[in-house]
Amino acid sequence: MSALGISALKVLAALGLMLGNGVVMIYMLRKVLGHLHIRLGPMHVGWKGTLQTVMDVLKLLTKEDITPRAVDRWLFRIAPAVVFIPSLMAYAALPFSDTWRVTNLDSGLLYTFTALSLVPLGILMAGWASSNKWSLLGGMRAAAQQIAYEVPLLLSVLPIVMLVGSMNLGVIVEAQRGTVLAVIPRWFIMNPLFWPTFVLYSISALVETNQTPFDMSEAESELVGGFATEYSAMKFGLLFLSEFSNQFIVAALTVTLFFGGWTLPWVPEAVSNTFGPLTFMLKTYLVIAVMMWIRGTFPRVRIDQLMQLGWQRLIPISLAWIVISGVVIKVWS
Amino acid sequence: MTETVNGVAFLALAFATIGGAVMMLATRNVVHAAFWLLEVLIATAGLYLLLSAEFLALVQVLVYAGSVTVLVIFTVMITLRRREDAVRPFEPGWGGAIMAALFGGSITFAIAQFTSKMPAGTFPEKTPDVAAFGEKLFTTWMVPFEIASLVLLVALVGAVWWSGGDGQ
Repeated sequence: MSALGISALKVLAALGLMLGNGVVMIYMLRKVLGHLHIRLGPMHVGWKGTLQTVMDVLKLLTKEDITPRAVDRWLFRIAPAVVFIPSLMAYAALPFSDTWRVTNLDSGLLYTFTALSLVPLGILMAGWASSNKWSLLGGMRAAAQQIAYEVPLLLSVLPIVMLVGSMNLGVIVEAQRGTVLAVIPRWFIMNPLFWPTFVLYSISALVETNQTPFDMSEAESELVGGFATEYSAMKFGLLFLSEFSNQFIVAALTVTLFFGGWTLPWVPEAVSNTFGPLTFMLKTYLVIAVMMWIRGTFPRVRIDQLMQLGWQRLIPISLAWIVISGVVIKVWS
Repeated sequence: MTETVNGVAFLALAFATIGGAVMMLATRNVVHAAFWLLEVLIATAGLYLLLSAEFLALVQVLVYAGSVTVLVIFTVMITLRRREDAVRPFEPGWGGAIMAALFGGSITFAIAQFTSKMPAGTFPEKTPDVAAFGEKLFTTWMVPFEIASLVLLVALVGAVWWSGGDGQ
């Protein structure tokens, strides 16, 4: 098959994963949040409600697509695509195993962050185009959040890049293969040097993906539905699909950077390579479950508190930590 | 095969860049203009990518498209009192016409004068990776890099001072 055909198939595979992930994650969210709230979640459609989200997708597809009269027509139409496409792009650099990946990018880490940094532009576009005060406020909050937290997000992972000496996600995973003293996995989360890195990364990543407790851009108790208020049917579906997809990407990055990616400790390399994609997906969904746990237990913070935390705390701390870890890495090696 | 693909991609990107720039100037809506600017910046990143300048393309999207445009749109939206103010009437004037003519003339002159004298660049056999780029930046180009960061620091301090701080 030609190179072009293979690339097209890879993009289709990423799209399939993105759509499937959306269905799985909505069900998971309902169940996890349900049990956290001591209720059952969906129970009636299918076994334990497993078919509920499939039915919801069918419902979204068949609903009427309403375009309010006052909206900025062009921007209103493009915005879901502007949110969706960067979200799909972000799958390109993720290593699902040593052979399963769309591309082997030399600067994969930077690429993934770049793709994610475009999403809030689409949200801002949707917020403006809706010509609705709540939507605009939601869009503005998303933009403010993104400007504030993109810097600490990028800075926070630099110690890992410094230690590994590469921004290739595959190389970062390879560096975490095996064990220390035959017991402790060589995952970066086990290295005390990266504990502050992990905390900084987790906070910034949650903010960047608009996750509760940082989902100021769609805070339903104050902004109705934020930027998505005026959207209906599949346009709304696309906005939400990319939201879930971004959450998946951030979780996958967490696994790649801190939890050894597709590798398994304590088992021979051949075994760990065979089950690579399975291991990767399991780890990713575990991280997603923890993110949902956070979502179910923490109250939403205020926008001014969030801005203060970003500009006055996280940026200086991550800068200081880069200097400290740079010195430590240099002295050790 | 690769030649054709590159050629088609270049034509599409060049059209997107120039067309986007024209649309940005032609549109009467400030917010639309800001989004056209975004389109131009992303298309330019695509042109860098065609030249195998992967890192430059990524930084272009991350910094210019991802941050500068967000800042521009943010400022435009914050300074608009009413939504209708986004659409501005077309107000041609002699001052603007003279400025445009001067600028256009000097650019045309510069292109005609200097491009013929410049040697045609050769494409490197293997594009250097990010590590090689960083090494070059922090050895050969150390001083310009430091000067640039100093200028940015001064701008940052100036912006903080300008905006007043807590006391005012």
